[in-house]
Amino acid sequence: MSGATLQRRPLVKQILVGADDNLLVIAGLGSSNWDVTEAGDRTLNMPLWGGMGAPVGMGLGLALAQPAKRVLVITGDGDMLMSLGSLATVAAQQPDNLAIMVLDNEKFGETGNQATHTSPRNNGPTDSGAGTDLALIAKGCGIADAATVREASDVPQLLRHLRTKPGPVFRVVKVMVEKLEFVMPPQDGAHLKDRFRQALLGHP
Amino acid sequence: MNAATSAEPSVDWRDDIFDVLQAHDIRQVCHVPDAGHARLIEHCQRSNAMRTIALTTEEEGIAIAAGAWLGGQRAVLLMQSSGVGNTINLLGLAKTLRFPFLTLITMRGDWGEFNSWQYPMGQGTPKVLEAMGVLLYSVDNAAEVRATVDAATRAAFNGGQAVAVLLRQKLIGIKDFGNKKA
Ligand SMILES: Cc1ncc(C[n+]2csc(CCOP(=O)(O)OP(=O)(O)O)c2C)c(N)n1
Repeated sequence: MSGATLQRRPLVKQILVGADDNLLVIAGLGSSNWDVTEAGDRTLNMPLWGGMGAPVGMGLGLALAQPAKRVLVITGDGDMLMSLGSLATVAAQQPDNLAIMVLDNEKFGETGNQATHTSPRNNGPTDSGAGTDLALIAKGCGIADAATVREASDVPQLLRHLRTKPGPVFRVVKVMVEKLEFVMPPQDGAHLKDRFRQALLGHP
Repeated sequence: MNAATSAEPSVDWRDDIFDVLQAHDIRQVCHVPDAGHARLIEHCQRSNAMRTIALTTEEEGIAIAAGAWLGGQRAVLLMQSSGVGNTINLLGLAKTLRFPFLTLITMRGDWGEFNSWQYPMGQGTPKVLEAMGVLLYSVDNAAEVRATVDAATRAAFNGGQAVAVLLRQKLIGIKDFGNKKA
């Protein structure tokens, strides 16, 4: 157990409080999608129902296309582990308007809470974790501003960093393993994309 | 659009591709390099209108292209045929989100290939793309590159399709390290 005390739902709600037209959000599949949706189903959210490993790349393409907007990617540790290379790609491009928050419960939550590689190594089964440090990986990839957040007292600063600090900003937030209600946005991908573009560009 | 419709083939077909991408306002050029794309990538790197994005794996290019489109920009993914295998699940995004997607693929394992390791994915490339609902354009003649890439780009961004142009190995030329087997 990671001993995490932060709860993802109130945290995400706090991060997204007062989100306006300046904030574009990509949410990874699974719990992150439901968390972001619970905070409010906005047209300027792109919540994914699939495409595991896509959120960071999608956030990068969006951030480069919309340099005057803030782009926030919110995703899980399992999803992040599937696209570690995309952190090097982000580092190479250095988008100053991109922030990435990984909600790290150390589990593949959506699929039955199997340990991901961010779980600590212990003497259990060989796939019970590796203690993988995502913030260290991001740093090693060339994202200088990368850190892990564990304490409730650090959340106000986390909010500021994710919403306004020049990027790329990378934050891992250690969160509790919880069984939460599914709060679902529309599922039709074409609809989600079209309403996002309509809100952002004025046409689908 | 003059570059895209001009009848005169220019000196090098890679330059024709650059002209077409520029004429269609392609702004993000994602690539895992391939020798066949090298000259085009250099062109794009020198362009003020385009941003080149080196990837660690080709599937990133699909995610980036989707994000670019969400933000109102057009992207292209340059890769060799072996890279297609790395993209399969995320190619599904093109169908699910129905966003315009364009990829230009330099074929290996295709025409006189010397490297046996290139054949499985090279031969699988059209089938995989078709299975994922990607439209295929194919070109093996330098004089037809401009018109083919132009048509593919229109199908993608005007017609809203996911489109791949296979730049056949016959067009690119047979790569040969000049080594003799014992
Ligand atoms: C390519 C692919 N592999 C596997 C899955 C199955 N899957 C769905 S969600 C998920 C785990 C997500 O874990 P994480 O990102 O940590 O999210 P959380 O723990 O917050 O649910 C997996 C493996 C999938 N959807 N796509």
